[in-house]
Amino acid sequence: MSSILAWLPYAVAGWLLLWGLYGIVKSRNLVHLIICLVILQSSTYVLLLAIGYKAGAVAPVFADMPLGTPAVDPVVQALMLTDIVVEATVAALLLALAVQVYQRAGSLDPRELVRLEG
Amino acid sequence: MHLAPWTVALPLACAALLAALAEKIPRTVADLLALTVAAANTALCALLFRETRSGPVVYWFGGIRPRQGVSLGIDFAIDRIGAGLATLSAVLIFSALLFAARYFDKPQASFQALLLVFLAALCGFSLTGDLFDLFVFFELMSATAVGLCAYKSREVGPLQGAINFAVTNTAGAFITLTGIALLYARTGALNLSQISRMLAGRHDALVLVGFAFVCLGFLVKAAIVPFHFWLADAHASAPTPVCIIFSGAMVEAGLYAVARLHGALFATPLPGFRPALLALGAITCVVGAAMCYAQRHLKRLLAFSTIAHAGAILCGIALLTPEGYAGAALYVAGHGAIKAGLFLCVGMLLHRLHSVDELVLHGRGQGLPWLGALFAALGLLLAGTPPTAMFLGESMLHHALREHAVARLALAIASIVTAAAVLRACGRIFLGWGPREPDAPGGGESDEEPETVPARIPWSMWAAATLLLAGAIASGFLSRQQASKEAMRMLDPHAFATQVLDGAAPSNPEAATPEPLGPALWHSAGTAAGALALAGLTLGRKRLPGALRRACAGVWEPFASALRGLHTGEVGDQVAWLAFGAAILCGAMALG
Amino acid sequence: MRLRLVLFAAGALGLGAAYFAAARGLPPVGGYSGAYGEVLNAVSVGERHATDVVSAVNFDYRGLDTLGEEFILFASVLGVATILRKQQGDEEDRDEPAWQARQAPDSDAVRVLGVWLVPLTVSFGLYMISHGAVSPGGGFQGGVVLATAPLVIYLCATAKTFLRIAPPWLTKAAEAIGAGGYVVIGCLGVLAGKQFLENVLPLGTPGAAWSSGTILFLNLTVGIAVAAGFVELLAIFIEEVLRRET
Repeated sequence: MSSILAWLPYAVAGWLLLWGLYGIVKSRNLVHLIICLVILQSSTYVLLLAIGYKAGAVAPVFADMPLGTPAVDPVVQALMLTDIVVEATVAALLLALAVQVYQRAGSLDPRELVRLEG
Repeated sequence: MHLAPWTVALPLACAALLAALAEKIPRTVADLLALTVAAANTALCALLFRETRSGPVVYWFGGIRPRQGVSLGIDFAIDRIGAGLATLSAVLIFSALLFAARYFDKPQASFQALLLVFLAALCGFSLTGDLFDLFVFFELMSATAVGLCAYKSREVGPLQGAINFAVTNTAGAFITLTGIALLYARTGALNLSQISRMLAGRHDALVLVGFAFVCLGFLVKAAIVPFHFWLADAHASAPTPVCIIFSGAMVEAGLYAVARLHGALFATPLPGFRPALLALGAITCVVGAAMCYAQRHLKRLLAFSTIAHAGAILCGIALLTPEGYAGAALYVAGHGAIKAGLFLCVGMLLHRLHSVDELVLHGRGQGLPWLGALFAALGLLLAGTPPTAMFLGESMLHHALREHAVARLALAIASIVTAAAVLRACGRIFLGWGPREPDAPGGGESDEEPETVPARIPWSMWAAATLLLAGAIASGFLSRQQASKEAMRMLDPHAFATQVLDGAAPSNPEAATPEPLGPALWHSAGTAAGALALAGLTLGRKRLPGALRRACAGVWEPFASALRGLHTGEVGDQVAWLAFGAAILCGAMALG
Repeated sequence: MRLRLVLFAAGALGLGAAYFAAARGLPPVGGYSGAYGEVLNAVSVGERHATDVVSAVNFDYRGLDTLGEEFILFASVLGVATILRKQQGDEEDRDEPAWQARQAPDSDAVRVLGVWLVPLTVSFGLYMISHGAVSPGGGFQGGVVLATAPLVIYLCATAKTFLRIAPPWLTKAAEAIGAGGYVVIGCLGVLAGKQFLENVLPLGTPGAAWSSGTILFLNLTVGIAVAAGFVELLAIFIEEVLRRET
């Protein structure tokens, strides 16, 4: 059982990545597509945090903990913070584009938006 | 005081200032401020280029130097080719700002602010020596590029282009991040030299897949088939000054990252890397060239030609030899200036004649002889005629690929067909030659909204285009031997790691003397002749014997319509191709 | 569509297989032992007097990444503004009927709850920003919390109140000050004769709010930039909705 738990986070990260991609491929609504992209981005958070985790360790904050207490990896958490900001900004840009598209085309279906092809 | 951090800090500070002061300062002041900062950045990058003549330069941010060989901070590990790419980016952004000064009717400080942030991102990307920092600057490039791409979008077409761009590039970027996480799990490091030390030649599945994932985002940015579908849409959507940076620096930055990463992380070629990327590069050359020839929207035509040339550059990188790397670097230097010049010519056409459709413009350029001459000159230079760095790079690439006949053929096809497309457009627009029917089946009239009231072409546009032409010719004086030397340094992770982590002096490899240019001159003459012949044949096809015409059409038309049918413009298809391509890449690297 | 699904199926299988092969080489969850994190955990408190190691990593050891990240936010807000706003002088149109028509909600409960929430949110946000180096939190997290305060005001009061609290000139200026401020603080290092983004301010005592040198000020600038950026984004989207309703 513990061996399954030891690999489960990696499997979840891989599953989210593939599911996000699947959602984008099959999407019929731009907002749904953007959410699927966010899911894809979330898979990296799960992966990063799972990689940095140490069993029995505390958070890397030593305000109330003596120095030398085993703590998890702070670098992956810092990387994740950066990624969350990137995700939020990309989502904001895409949602703005979706709002503008809806205003111009009256539809959010990607298939009806094709003006550039070939 | 070291120059390196200012290449990033200066444009960012100026962008913040411009965004804050937007409406309060007159337009000319904003233009001058942006141009001055861009020029200053060009000077900084050029100085860095000169400083790296004797070897790479390392700058540690925050004064956080490595401790006992473990790096704790972020560094700029500047090698000459990276500094060269940064200089190219700065020159292109300066030209874009100059061109845009009179391009938009309404003042637009946010446009200049975004361009300056883009400049900072490109410089940071080219100079950094840290893997996650590379990702951050990569995402900064993407965010500003989407904003710039959607800049004038009030029609659905440009919005579609921007959405395709944003979705595919973000999907690719986060697969890259997955790869970075996998490599971090193995090595516990983010600094490139540190990673190479920790890997120490043990390449198991984790490292191979991790590296393949990392390269994926950069290959998407580099518009390599099958990740290329977004590029033409983005170019058709973006305003012309932005297109020059996309084609001239952004795509090349993705290729540079792939080259840099393999060179910095692995001393011996990864199994499967060379055949996989050579195959992708060759396919990209052919698909890009064919799609280029089938276009009538001038910007899409040039975008597909960029894709074809990106394939050529990738072929050079895939070889993992100093000659291949050096050839690719010189090719990038020449191609950037030439392609940017071509886009500016299209921008001038749009400004003056209000269209970018080749057939709509049929013969309407006859009153613009100087523009026509510039366009034709750039078209010939695109075929690899001397004296540009593209000529030098192409000759080196052909010599480096001497054992890979298929790749050489693909390269030749790319050069001839893309130049022929430009010359054909030139002949049609400025001389009024050629039939008024499209050259490929499918695709009706495709045009774009002009960005300005039609008027005489202002001096700022001429200045920008001439600057780029001059830059292209000046690039022909770059030294091939120096480029080979830099490529050898780029391919030596051990020496680089000792310099970055232990503070040793840079290595001083002995570069091979380059091949004599005689055969290369014949070769480029052949390419130019081939391009002229193909363009001439296409324009004059009504005069060909019927049987020949039908035979050519029988081969070309099904191929072109099949290819065009694959380019649906729907984002779902593009992401499906991305997944497929990613699987192919991982599979090829695993099996190699 | 069929081709698309076939391509994707092949791609997903390949990607899944590759990921599986890679994941077998990963250390089991809980067994990570990389040197980078361990060294930083050991030295951060002593060298930077910052008890929150994640903040120390974000704003000091890897400060350049955060500079890039802040400008990603800056560029995105600028991008959204160019996509959705008509033209440069559009913010002045906020006096148009759309904004005037937005009434305060009828329910007393909503208004009272808003009155209570706003000071709590603002003080919590400011606390998180300023204690970034001491406890979990920091400029980004606190900035987002701070940005929800004007949103609560919009929900619980009239649009005019929202505009008075967060006028467009203020959000634009604050964002630029936040973004540019990071670069300026980075330059302090160069002015002191050292490297860009070096921590050259007095470090204070670990655990106190006023500690860790430049990390505190970088947190403040980032907090301002993030809060202003998010309020600007909210305002742009709200404008868009109101314009459509009238």
